[in-house]
Amino acid sequence: MLTIKNLHAEVDGKQILKGINLEIRKGEMHAIMGPNGSGKSSLSSVLAGRENYTVTQGEVIFEGKNLLDMAPEDRAREGLFMAFQYPVEIPGVSNLHFLKTALNEIRAYHNLPALESKEFLKLTKEKQQLVDFNANLMNRSLNEGFSGGEKKRNEVFQLAMLDPKLAILDETDSGLDIDALRIVAAGVNKLRSADKAFMVITHYQRLLEYIVPDFVHVLYNGQIVKTGTKELALELEEKGYDWLKEEVHQKESV
Amino acid sequence: MRNSNEIIDDIANREYEFGFTTDIEMDMAPVGLNEDTIRFISAKKEEPQWMLEWRLKGFQAFKKMQFPKWQHFEMPELDLQKLSYYAAPKKKKQLNSLDEVDPELLATFEKLGIPINEQKALAGVAVDVVFDSVSVATTFKEKLNELGIIFCSFGEAVRTHPDLVKKYLGTVVPHSDNIFAALNAAVFSDGSFVYIPKGVRCPMELSTYFRINAENTGQFERTLIIADDNAYVSYLEGCTAPKRDENQLHAAVVELIAMDHAEIKYSTVQNWYPGDKDGNGGIYNFVTKRGICKGNSSKISWTQVETGSAITWKYPSVILQGDDAEGEFYSVAVTRNKQIADTGTKMYHLGRNTRSRIISKGISAGHSDNTYRGLVQVGPRAANARNFTQCDSLLIGDRCGAHTFPYIESRNSTATVEHEATTSKIGEDQIFYLNQRGIDTEKAVALIVNGYAQEVLNQLPMEFAVEARKLLSITLEGSVG
Repeated sequence: MLTIKNLHAEVDGKQILKGINLEIRKGEMHAIMGPNGSGKSSLSSVLAGRENYTVTQGEVIFEGKNLLDMAPEDRAREGLFMAFQYPVEIPGVSNLHFLKTALNEIRAYHNLPALESKEFLKLTKEKQQLVDFNANLMNRSLNEGFSGGEKKRNEVFQLAMLDPKLAILDETDSGLDIDALRIVAAGVNKLRSADKAFMVITHYQRLLEYIVPDFVHVLYNGQIVKTGTKELALELEEKGYDWLKEEVHQKESV
Repeated sequence: MRNSNEIIDDIANREYEFGFTTDIEMDMAPVGLNEDTIRFISAKKEEPQWMLEWRLKGFQAFKKMQFPKWQHFEMPELDLQKLSYYAAPKKKKQLNSLDEVDPELLATFEKLGIPINEQKALAGVAVDVVFDSVSVATTFKEKLNELGIIFCSFGEAVRTHPDLVKKYLGTVVPHSDNIFAALNAAVFSDGSFVYIPKGVRCPMELSTYFRINAENTGQFERTLIIADDNAYVSYLEGCTAPKRDENQLHAAVVELIAMDHAEIKYSTVQNWYPGDKDGNGGIYNFVTKRGICKGNSSKISWTQVETGSAITWKYPSVILQGDDAEGEFYSVAVTRNKQIADTGTKMYHLGRNTRSRIISKGISAGHSDNTYRGLVQVGPRAANARNFTQCDSLLIGDRCGAHTFPYIESRNSTATVEHEATTSKIGEDQIFYLNQRGIDTEKAVALIVNGYAQEVLNQLPMEFAVEARKLLSITLEGSVG
């Protein structure tokens, strides 16, 4: 589904990604971990198409198409979704109106007719119950005055509504208390399916207790320095990142 | 390929030639402004002597006045002696089908979702029998007559209801109020007159569209609306469809009078030709609008969506004379390219427990300049007067300007006056967020701007609000990125 080859990217002239290689197939759950400043969020930004990042080398193929050639909105329409670490507030625009616009833009891209209000509301209700999203928040302005937890839950609700092929969760666990974390994770788990893939970016192993990954990758200094299964996450939790950093430096000095 | 602005300019210029250089047309006042011009206008309109005298009073005042200097823009050179002040309503050239209409104009109609028959009417295409707006208008008129509501052109009111016109004309905006109001008093072409009798709630939104059916009211409109005790009326002015006019200066006057427990809601959507992207051409929209809450517990509410004109310069105001009276001003002003808006309101609290609420949303893009200017004045008798003002500016791009000049004068220690102001830019983060959900940048901006203006748009009658939303989106097309 997603193939990242030797991806290099910089921001403000500073090299952030230094040769990422990653293959994600349908149905898989990949966790990206790593210390602060290792390039985790940069990777998601580059994939989503944030403007201030410049790709200097490498390629990304998403469902057979060159992802990096596409505008951010087309990447979304092709089925790439990013749950933001810091969801923005848009005053005066109702959550539902926003979602209806987004959904119909994506449908139009695939030559599908716009959803009738009735169908849309039915879908809304179904997904809202599925991911346990507070119905009162649906008619409020998009994220305006939402608590940190409510914003993150809204990201998962949007994920459910837009039904992408690949979902990137960028530190969705940050700022969540344990109850909110459980609800968010339960929502994500319900959305897992054989034809959908996930890339979960996180600092902590805690989230991975609830969302069990098939693969864990450790990003350090702009590269994936280690790949393993969920046990790797446990090991990191226990030992921290320092032993990995040393491993990398030893390799480099050889 | 010629762009639409060139075509528009071309048409504008051509009209100009026909309009003003033709030698002696029968129904045309000679160019220039003097007493003879005014007598000519008044005679043409077959006005009574008192109306002529009032016009002449306006002219006397006008002669003594100068253009103001306090506005936050450079006053364009206006030679009022070069204008012609009376032309018989011109018959629009009738087109046979929409195929003959400027495709650019049609595209805009399409985007605004204007029904096909209305498109025809607006573009001057002969209207087929199915859409008989005259009969629609007649049906409305009968209904209004039954209730004793008077809704007619100003000229007609002068003939048929002289006592009412005499009693109220110039009582809110005197003939000497300001130079443009004085000019209007002297040469006003026509406009609307509305009287709602005691205890009557006008059952429909009144709009000029139904009254005149494309009758040309000219550049100096005058509107007078009176709501008697316990009456209610909602009045709509303007149209979201782009309006072009060969007259550059528009100096209208609107007077509203609300008696005891009466309410007047006045909504405007203004979309006059704004000029091209370099600021050439475009309408100067210099309007004096003022209402008086004369009676106790009366209410006047102004709502405006201003997207057109090269320069928009107006302050729809309310004099809160009656006790417990209420004044409101809701405004969205959008400027782009080199457009200028200097707009806001004045709330004069004279009566006890009077309340006013001001919500102003300025949106500037391109090289435009958008100014909010407002006055809240509390008189010594206005115990417990309250005002809340919120004025927000939204910037798109980094070459436009937003300015706020709030004036507060309170002469009563029990008054509460609140002012909140914010300035923000459309954030790249917001646009990216919407992009990431599959919404392109143009739609994203439209969504954000509509959200921003929501509080004001909510005040518009529903159908008008839907059109106004689309208008905002279309107006800002191409302003980002």
